[in-house]
Amino acid sequence: MTALAAVITQLLHLALVLAAAPLVVGGVRWLKARMMGRRGPHPLQPLRDLSKLLSKRPVLAENASWISRAAPYAAAGTAVAAVALVPSFARGMAFAPLGDLLLIAGLLAAGRVAMALAGLDVGTAFGGLGAAREMSFAAFAEPALLVAVLSVAILAGTTGLDAAAALFQDGALGLRVSLALALIALLAVAVAENARIPVDNPATHLELTMVHEAMILEASGRHLALWEAAAALRLTLWLALLAALFVPFGTAPAGFAPLAWAVGVLAWVAKMAALCLALAAFESAIAKMRVFRVPEFLGVALLLGVLGAILLFVSTRLA
Amino acid sequence: MLTALTALLGGLILLALLAVPLARLGVGARIVHGGCLLACLGFAAIALAALAGAEAAPAPLPLGPPWGPMWLGLDALSAWFLLLVGLTGACSALFALGRGGDHPPRVLAAFPLFLAGMALTLLAADALTLLLGFEAMSLASWALVAADHDREENRRAARLYLVFAAFGAACLVPAIGLMAGASGDLAFAALREAPPQGWRAALVLALVVAGAGSKAGLVPLHGWLPLAHPAAPSHVSALMSGAMTKVALYVVARLLLDLAGPAQPLWWGLPLLVLGAASAVLGALRANLEEEGKTLLACSTIENVGLIAIGLGLAACFRAADLGPLAAVAAGGALLHAMNHALFKTLLFLGMGEVGHGAATRRLDRLGGLVHVMPWTAGCMLVGALAAASLPPLSGFAGEWLLLQALLAAWRVGELGFQVLAVALAALAALAAALAAAAMVRMFGLVFLGRFRAPRTAGAQDGPLAARLSLLLPAGLTVLFGLIPGPMLALAEGALRILARADMAGRAGPVVLRLGDGAAAYLPALVALLLLACGGAVWWLVRRRSPAGVAHGPAWDCGFAAAPPHLPFGDPLTQPSPAGLGQPLRRMLGAPLLGATEAVHMPPPGDPSPARLAAGFRDPSFALLLAPLDRLRDAVVAQAERLRGLSIRQALMLPFATLVGLLALIAWLEGGR
Repeated sequence: MTALAAVITQLLHLALVLAAAPLVVGGVRWLKARMMGRRGPHPLQPLRDLSKLLSKRPVLAENASWISRAAPYAAAGTAVAAVALVPSFARGMAFAPLGDLLLIAGLLAAGRVAMALAGLDVGTAFGGLGAAREMSFAAFAEPALLVAVLSVAILAGTTGLDAAAALFQDGALGLRVSLALALIALLAVAVAENARIPVDNPATHLELTMVHEAMILEASGRHLALWEAAAALRLTLWLALLAALFVPFGTAPAGFAPLAWAVGVLAWVAKMAALCLALAAFESAIAKMRVFRVPEFLGVALLLGVLGAILLFVSTRLA
Repeated sequence: MLTALTALLGGLILLALLAVPLARLGVGARIVHGGCLLACLGFAAIALAALAGAEAAPAPLPLGPPWGPMWLGLDALSAWFLLLVGLTGACSALFALGRGGDHPPRVLAAFPLFLAGMALTLLAADALTLLLGFEAMSLASWALVAADHDREENRRAARLYLVFAAFGAACLVPAIGLMAGASGDLAFAALREAPPQGWRAALVLALVVAGAGSKAGLVPLHGWLPLAHPAAPSHVSALMSGAMTKVALYVVARLLLDLAGPAQPLWWGLPLLVLGAASAVLGALRANLEEEGKTLLACSTIENVGLIAIGLGLAACFRAADLGPLAAVAAGGALLHAMNHALFKTLLFLGMGEVGHGAATRRLDRLGGLVHVMPWTAGCMLVGALAAASLPPLSGFAGEWLLLQALLAAWRVGELGFQVLAVALAALAALAAALAAAAMVRMFGLVFLGRFRAPRTAGAQDGPLAARLSLLLPAGLTVLFGLIPGPMLALAEGALRILARADMAGRAGPVVLRLGDGAAAYLPALVALLLLACGGAVWWLVRRRSPAGVAHGPAWDCGFAAAPPHLPFGDPLTQPSPAGLGQPLRRMLGAPLLGATEAVHMPPPGDPSPARLAAGFRDPSFALLLAPLDRLRDAVVAQAERLRGLSIRQALMLPFATLVGLLALIAWLEGGR
């Protein structure tokens, strides 16, 4: 029975996040437009774009290799796999034993490498530029991520996402300054990993500053649809991860509990909406940074994470 | 079992002796490399048997120095590393066999000696045999580094390598002397009985880390490695990077974690931790800046050696803090990563050798687009590069997952200073892993993707079947070992018990790698299945909605004009260069850590020639360590010249004074007992 419940939870979770992903991207776009005084496209516009792109045949460059054809599937596949591991409305999913924070970071890195390789495949100037920048930003984001994970792991005793989320929802830990610092560090990492302002501008096309878009400049048709879907899934994953760790309220416990699931779905939608609003407000309020200022941005995140961990050590010593 | 091992060792030495006459006959290369292949397979098989439980207790050899016999033995730790040497050696020998080509007799003679040296180091059960094997390995590999000695940079690399090898011996000999103490019994069993204490322990630690660490390529003694590894023929570079650095780490582990006894204090692991972290970051960063294929891979080796050293250091610290299970995790991560790195780095070096054969260059600014003409090599190299970038579910990720988990648990040691250090180490290890991923993307992108950067590249071809097999074998093992880290660790249980005095029993299952009850777990086979299922589902869904096939058109290339007809592969200047791909990291990290510089040379107005970017960096170990040593050597030589002016009486006084000094030292050491 529990196994069946776990599988049902997993399937419902997948359906929920896959449905939410285009809405998250469209919603943030719509909110940003509203904040800037524009009407903005409909929040469902990304979904329409996806279905339009899917019905088109991709045009590849003459010297594109199989890397260009395989990379979109690899990126989308790793994104789906990663998003399947982050709990949304309920815990105890079938894949919960796999849901380790380091593994999720590894899957995200795999998607990133696929995208960088695709950017390098044709040998155009912009693809290489984007790939070099993306991999460099990751070099600064990963230490900040790991140090934030360290604080979580010390408090929860594990890097397993399900167990950590359960412990944080339990409330026995209380409010922790370290967790707040880890949250800030993770927020900065999330902004960088999803190519949002101030690290990258998701709305740019053809600017010298762009990173993410530069790598998929040659993609078209279903390949472009896959890249866009992977980006949307990644944004959803990061927001869901933040929600699962730092706002774990309302999440249904493991097991078969339709009523709790309904509450969980409502709570998750509310949390995601709030996070989207916060992201849109943050992006509207801040300007994009110069590329070579990004290490400072992520360095601050790293320092905050380190500070959080050290506070934890000192406070356990005093207690 | 020892008989078989001794026979294999003897066979290798015989091959080395026969190599020169055989080379004259023209069949020498085949016989020597075939023999090495068989010997390596034999080593691997015996090591597997030993790991499965048939360990060989140390036994004396009927030969040795006047004061006692030499001992050979095969315990689990030796067997783990022997398996590593056997597998990488088999791949390298197979590559040399398949590639053919003319190998000069000095290379043919040195190759089996090199293998024998490594095997002897691992089989040694007394310190003298260990040193003998270690030095044979150094000397044989020096001859191999100097193989292409008609090129100036190779001569320089070989000279520097010899100096470092001598330095390693100069550190290891006194270290072992200090461990043996006055009794002078060099058998491992005797050394284990009397672990060094106090200042002796500190001195042993410093000497071993410096001596074996210089051979492994630990910062700041890594200066020779990016010069020497590329200078040797590819199958030798593969062996040097894949196996020899691991044998050096084995010596570190054997001397510091096994023979120096289990009761060492917390600081015992600190040098390995700090130097390991420095190596990991500096090596990975340099790999992002290098512009020659094998040099890049050699720098990535420094990074991985650093990560393994972190694992060994953590194991020592956990053991000192009485955290046996965590020590097993750290040591398990180190052992697993040593094995996995040996295989994927062998693969990468052999693949780079294949690229060098096919495209006649390994300079990244002359390569590109090889995925079109060398599909087999490109596919295998992609597996290796992704494993080196530590992506799940390949083998690089499994070892690093354990190492990172050990680092995340390092705060349990309890000392505040150590906890802060652990946080810094975790951040540095993550930085190194991400830098390695960037370096591997850069390497693969420059060599295999994009357009041809030189016409010669377009004529490259995959190697013959045996050479292809020698790439497929380590690639297959890289995938396989990534999926079965649990059984691998179960195999390494005996080695873990030696290193950590604890094992992963019950935590390393067939499909799962678990840190403890309720703690984090890694299930690589399921992750692979999940990835396959997700990728397959995405592919199926997309295929149902989307029209089949792709259209081809010219690359859009952001509005660059079409290249003139004399440039058949497009304008090379519109393609990212090695310096250009390294630029963000060079500016962000290279400038503060490596003193990287870059300058843009603009043509004067009206001149249509392109602007050029000149970029460079200086490894701080050269400026801070080797240059002062150079000056010191010159000063010492100048002083030593004065000895020539001594009278006969003064000259006779010198050996006498040395003798008295040594006797006084012995008397003092004896008195200290």
